[in-house]
Amino acid sequence: MNALVVLLTLPLGGALAAVAFPAGVARGAALAAAAGTVAAALAVASEVAAGAPPRIALGGWPPPLGIALAADGLSAALLVTTAAVMAAVLLAARHTMAAGLAGPRIAFGFWPLALMLWAALNAVFVSRDLFNLYVGIELLSLAAVGLVAIGGKPEALAAAMRYMLFALAGSLLYLAGVALIYAAHGALDIDLLASRRPSGTDALALALMTAGLTAKTALFPFHVWLPPAHAGAPAPASAMLSALVPKASFVILLRLWTEALPDEASPAALTLIGALGVAAVVWGSLGALAQSRVKLIVAYSTVAQIGYLFAVFPLLPLAQAAWSGVIFLALSHALAKAAMFLAVGQWMAAAGGDRLEELRGLAQAMPMSAFAFALAAVTLAGLPPSGGFLGKYMVMTAAFTAGQWVWALPMALGGLLAAAYLYRPLAALFAREGASVAAPSRARQAVPLALAGGGIALGLASAEPLALLANGQPPIQAVVR
Amino acid sequence: MTFVLDAVLCALILGVAAATIAGHGVFRAIVFFIVYGLLVAVGWVRLGAVDVALAEAAIGAGLTGVLFLAAYGRLGREGAGGDAPAPAHLPAAMAGLGVTCALGWAWSALPLPDRPGPQLAEALPMSGVENPVTAVLLNFRAWDTLLESVVLLAALTGLWMLTRDAAWGGRIGLPQHVRPDGVMAGFGRVLPPLGLLVGVYLVYIGADRPGGAFQGGTVLAAVGLVAALAGAVRPPRIGATRWRAALVAGPLVFLLAGLAGAALGAGFLTLPPQIAGAALFAIEVALAASIAVTLAFLVLGPPEETITR
Amino acid sequence: MTALTLYALTGAALIGLGLYGLIAARHLLRRIVAFNLLGSGLFLYLGAAGARGDGPDPVPQALIITGIVVALSASALAVGLLVAGARLSGRATLPEEAE
Repeated sequence: MNALVVLLTLPLGGALAAVAFPAGVARGAALAAAAGTVAAALAVASEVAAGAPPRIALGGWPPPLGIALAADGLSAALLVTTAAVMAAVLLAARHTMAAGLAGPRIAFGFWPLALMLWAALNAVFVSRDLFNLYVGIELLSLAAVGLVAIGGKPEALAAAMRYMLFALAGSLLYLAGVALIYAAHGALDIDLLASRRPSGTDALALALMTAGLTAKTALFPFHVWLPPAHAGAPAPASAMLSALVPKASFVILLRLWTEALPDEASPAALTLIGALGVAAVVWGSLGALAQSRVKLIVAYSTVAQIGYLFAVFPLLPLAQAAWSGVIFLALSHALAKAAMFLAVGQWMAAAGGDRLEELRGLAQAMPMSAFAFALAAVTLAGLPPSGGFLGKYMVMTAAFTAGQWVWALPMALGGLLAAAYLYRPLAALFAREGASVAAPSRARQAVPLALAGGGIALGLASAEPLALLANGQPPIQAVVR
Repeated sequence: MTFVLDAVLCALILGVAAATIAGHGVFRAIVFFIVYGLLVAVGWVRLGAVDVALAEAAIGAGLTGVLFLAAYGRLGREGAGGDAPAPAHLPAAMAGLGVTCALGWAWSALPLPDRPGPQLAEALPMSGVENPVTAVLLNFRAWDTLLESVVLLAALTGLWMLTRDAAWGGRIGLPQHVRPDGVMAGFGRVLPPLGLLVGVYLVYIGADRPGGAFQGGTVLAAVGLVAALAGAVRPPRIGATRWRAALVAGPLVFLLAGLAGAALGAGFLTLPPQIAGAALFAIEVALAASIAVTLAFLVLGPPEETITR
Repeated sequence: MTALTLYALTGAALIGLGLYGLIAARHLLRRIVAFNLLGSGLFLYLGAAGARGDGPDPVPQALIITGIVVALSASALAVGLLVAGARLSGRATLPEEAE
């Protein structure tokens, strides 16, 4: 059996089992499906690394009739990072989302929703069909909204509703663009579109799809729904929502602008996206500075980190390093942000809340998860030797190569701001006053630490991921211009 | 003459849509929306898309309308039924007008492309069905449809997460109190057998003519809803194993059929032409059953009655 | 003007109306209704585009049926959120938009 097929079908099968069976069996089935999906992600990545990227025309029907799936370096990197984050999240959830602790309702719903979310992410990362991508991000959004609401508190329900409205509007705007593409070209396949006869309507289609997907990614000024939604969910759900969910719509955007319709990427449009990215970096960081609950600080930081991903857009057609740099930023953010939310979840369970003053001195009782938070902060601030540093370094190099140094500024500025907003939780954690709390076992504290370590390792051992990414990297368009 | 007919229909659609958005009162907006859905279904017939017309009438107008009416009733019980009048919103008006004008312009600029027509004509005899829309849904773009069947399940799982913890494990939906000699009870006796017939027929003929798992499943869901609202059947408890199995049967059969293709070496979701017809029929029946149950549960909503443990 | 143009422009107008309602309305049930109008207008536009040339193209019809089912799933979850939220707050609007 093909690893790519296992990767797509196993989380779906696990989700179905988790719906059908009673709680105990459901959790076992979900964890078994998760283990198999991690193995499949690694197998797909090794196929890509070996120079044999898998590609399937589903049903044996090649596009434009059927749907093609393909894994390239970008897919493989995201699939493996997603597998790492999901494995950590589900391990953490094995305790906190069990019926005894979370109640029978959450113990029923968490597992199918988490696996559906994972299945949707995998499907989005390998699909080559614009409409299939629509179905994929709808599955992702609905599972994500369910996870935001799962806590059941009034604030969580309001956050889920606001998220839902943005997701609904965003998906229809994206779909409007897809409809224009099909009406003009009779095809939905990214590779067929790359070699299409351009139509005057393509710029409008790209604009609609971009508006819709940026609303789903929570790019400034569509970010208002994100902090309450990500902060209102239980910690393992927050980790998935913040680390992984925005990456799906971002990858579709990246593929649209660099693979499907690169000829429509006008400098003015790219500058606008870049400017919104810079605004998100500033606004998200200031928002994080103003918070006094650590979960909200971490959630606002996601707004800023999403900003980086878009601040790189103006450089994409100009320098090769910008593309790898932005993907490094996305991957290290995923690892670091998931580590942070899982660590915060352990503190909240121990201290009863996430206000900064409630966390004072927790590092003495929980040194490992505090250290995980500190390592993740290194990655988010972009300090060496983390993957976040390497990503920023590549982007800044690209900016100078292209003679557009202005796009290097947000990277540097954002790093300073991140150091500022992450200092307060770190200072509270490592304060020298003993807090006597019941700490979780070392094995459980090791889960966020492993993720945070992954974010650092991405910078230290960057050769393999960089070589992996090189498979299928779209050529830069500068020569055309 | 037919042009005049289309023009009148379009004017009606737009008028009713404007009344839905701008009219006073939430209840009236919902009623206008249902009328709108029926008019659009007529529009689909005029465009030669009978499959879509059936889906729009059954799902777009019918089930969505019931969903909204039920929600309106529940909001009234929570004391939140009143309309919250919206002040005129200039940025929203500009966004709406801008998108409309842009798409209107795009219509005049759209080229007429090569479409997958020839490939489709060539592949249709091997697809196992004669209705090209069904062939696209269940065979050529089966991956979309498989994911979509899981989208329904994701929505239901998310909806069930909105249950109060005190009501978890109870019967889904609002507790029904129907007078045995009332109108609703009469409906509940007459409609279900008739609807059952129509639903099964739509699923059965979907292979060759307009209809199929989604349209048929929706009619079957409506049958279940009417029967439940009339008190003829009691909705199941949220944990009932048999019903949970019904929820996953469709996606599961679809998934297993796809994997069987991969295991036999033909490829994921590849159905050899000799058995495609039988395989698609099995998928269609299982899918229709799951769609019917999922849609009915989606409209009934999460359990609301506090259960005493 | 042909009948197809008529349906396409109707679709475009419905999209604008729906978008207006989705942004401007305060009552959340009205917003969800507007979302459905937007979606249905979009499908009409796509369907009209697919009916150009020689005969209706079945591919957009299949896409539209998928889209209708997805829209219902999303509407059902949104309505559920609305009702659950109203039960706790007594309002059918977002907290920051309460009158």
